[in-house]
Amino acid sequence: MAQGSTTERAVVVGAGLAALRGAEAMRAAGFTGPLTLVGAEPYRPYDRPPLSKHVLAGEIRADATTLPSSLGADVEWQLGRSVTRLDRESRTLHRADGGTVPYDRLLIATGTRARPWPNPHEGRLSGVFTLRGRDDAAALRAALAAGPRRVLVIGAGFIGCEVASLCRQLGLPATLVEPGPTPLGRVLGSTVGAFIGAILEGRGVDLRHGSEVEWLEDEGGRFVRAHLTDGTRIDADVAVIALGAVRNTEWLDGSGLSADPGGVDCDAAGFVLDTDGQPDPRIAAAGDVARFPHPLYGGRRVALEHWSHAVMQGIHAGQLLAGAKPEGPYAGLPTFWSTQGDVVIKSAGLTEGADAVAFTQGEPGSGRFIAVYGRAGRCIAAVSVDSARWLPAYAELVAAGAPFPPQGAAADRPSKGIMVLAPGFP
Amino acid sequence: MSTPADASSGSPPGLRVCVDLNLCQAYAQCCYAAPRHFRIEGHEALFYDPAPAAQDRADIERARVACPVQAIRVEDPGQAS
Ligand SMILES: Cc1cc2nc3c(=O)[nH]c(=O)nc-3n(C[C@H](O)[C@H](O)[C@H](O)COP(=O)(O)OP(=O)(O)OC[C@H]3O[C@@H](n4cnc5c(N)ncnc54)[C@H](O)[C@@H]3O)c2cc1C
Ligand code: SF4
Repeated sequence: MAQGSTTERAVVVGAGLAALRGAEAMRAAGFTGPLTLVGAEPYRPYDRPPLSKHVLAGEIRADATTLPSSLGADVEWQLGRSVTRLDRESRTLHRADGGTVPYDRLLIATGTRARPWPNPHEGRLSGVFTLRGRDDAAALRAALAAGPRRVLVIGAGFIGCEVASLCRQLGLPATLVEPGPTPLGRVLGSTVGAFIGAILEGRGVDLRHGSEVEWLEDEGGRFVRAHLTDGTRIDADVAVIALGAVRNTEWLDGSGLSADPGGVDCDAAGFVLDTDGQPDPRIAAAGDVARFPHPLYGGRRVALEHWSHAVMQGIHAGQLLAGAKPEGPYAGLPTFWSTQGDVVIKSAGLTEGADAVAFTQGEPGSGRFIAVYGRAGRCIAAVSVDSARWLPAYAELVAAGAPFPPQGAAADRPSKGIMVLAPGFP
Repeated sequence: MSTPADASSGSPPGLRVCVDLNLCQAYAQCCYAAPRHFRIEGHEALFYDPAPAAQDRADIERARVACPVQAIRVEDPGQAS
């Protein structure tokens, strides 16, 4: 695929963050052919992180989150249209409205959607919400502004914890129910998770770990209370289902590509793989939907649901499809941030598989600290809690696979020296 | 079939701002440059206005340039660039 060829048509499916940055990168890399973005939502690409933070707080309107873009008038937007099928033989995308879109180069950037509450009737009750898109955020904001008796948040992952903290900032009683032993246990382990739990409880969140919601009670079509498996009842007017995400890959069924609810598979360069494991050089994937072998983690296949990843992999895929880049592997260091009320958690690297965690700076009990995760004597990830300025130095150790526990002078050593503990992964 | 930008308001197109909060180190230079649009909450949580009005572009530009890690991205639809 020659750079600058104008006869080839490029299409991006999805019109979110990865799609936008991918399309921009294609243009920046010199692709001048027709470029079309097809997105299921009726909006130009917008930013999701504010949705669970200042949009819920009522400080930013949901429709103020449109992302800055460098795309000009030489791009066609097909918004409010979803793609239902990919035919690679004829290089055609089929839309739900019956229309078709031909492509020569294709970027798959369909992201994820919120995992629904398992009981569909209960999930549709008035007062029950999920949070993925800007309409979800506007609806939940309106429910919070109405002054509910209590907000029940189901699932203590990042979004659940953010929503619970935010409710406390608004002065709303909030209960956070999590089957695991601590909040954020799957990502951070229960050792660090316990300190996060203490911070949340310090803000007044009623944290019920080791608990599970069995059913949501319907009173005339409204959610009124939740019943936990241990028989406890929680009266609340709002329930936020925060059970993680499902990747939007159904439209790839029958395309011959290797895809399932865990993502669409890519090779190290970023091209998608078919079910025989062969790359399709016309199609790349990026963002939450892409599953790829990460060179920093021994080629383990990962699918990352973080903002910076969508940006970096979107740019990589756009360059790849523009034919501008040698087919080197995508190797961006995974990073994310989360704002819980006014507490900032940031991370660099992947904690999965860690066999130890070391508290290297600050005091975990004080709510400001750095935790470094190790595996087989190497640093694999670092997490900061209200200590972001220290993180870049640790990110370098992680990127370099430096020996664990990390050595070297820390200006802000915890008083008892470096604590090395079991990370507490399930 | 081209859809215009969000047809939410008829006023002159405002700015679009996005801060890479992974890059942001809460140095707060943006807050000094444009205090009505950027502020630090708690120890290091940056709050910013993603949709400032067009007449605030000078403040926003000052903030963008002031950021030591170039975390602030701005699109100014009114300023054909
Ligand atoms: C509430 C919330 C808060 C978050 N906060 C943070 C945070 O603090 N820090 C952080 O690092 N990350 C955060 N994230 C994650 C971050 O927003 C995502 O990683 C990022 O949005 C991924 O971008 P994407 O383009 O891959 O997918 P998406 O943003 O999901 O975009 C995909 C788009 O494709 C569309 N689409 C799907 N299927 C089809 C189809 N068949 N045809 C056409 N279009 C389709 C979807 O409608 C969607 O608009 C948050 C996410 C949410 C929801
Ligand atoms: S100047 Fe940059 S680094 Fe500092 S707070 Fe603002 S955005 Fe963050």
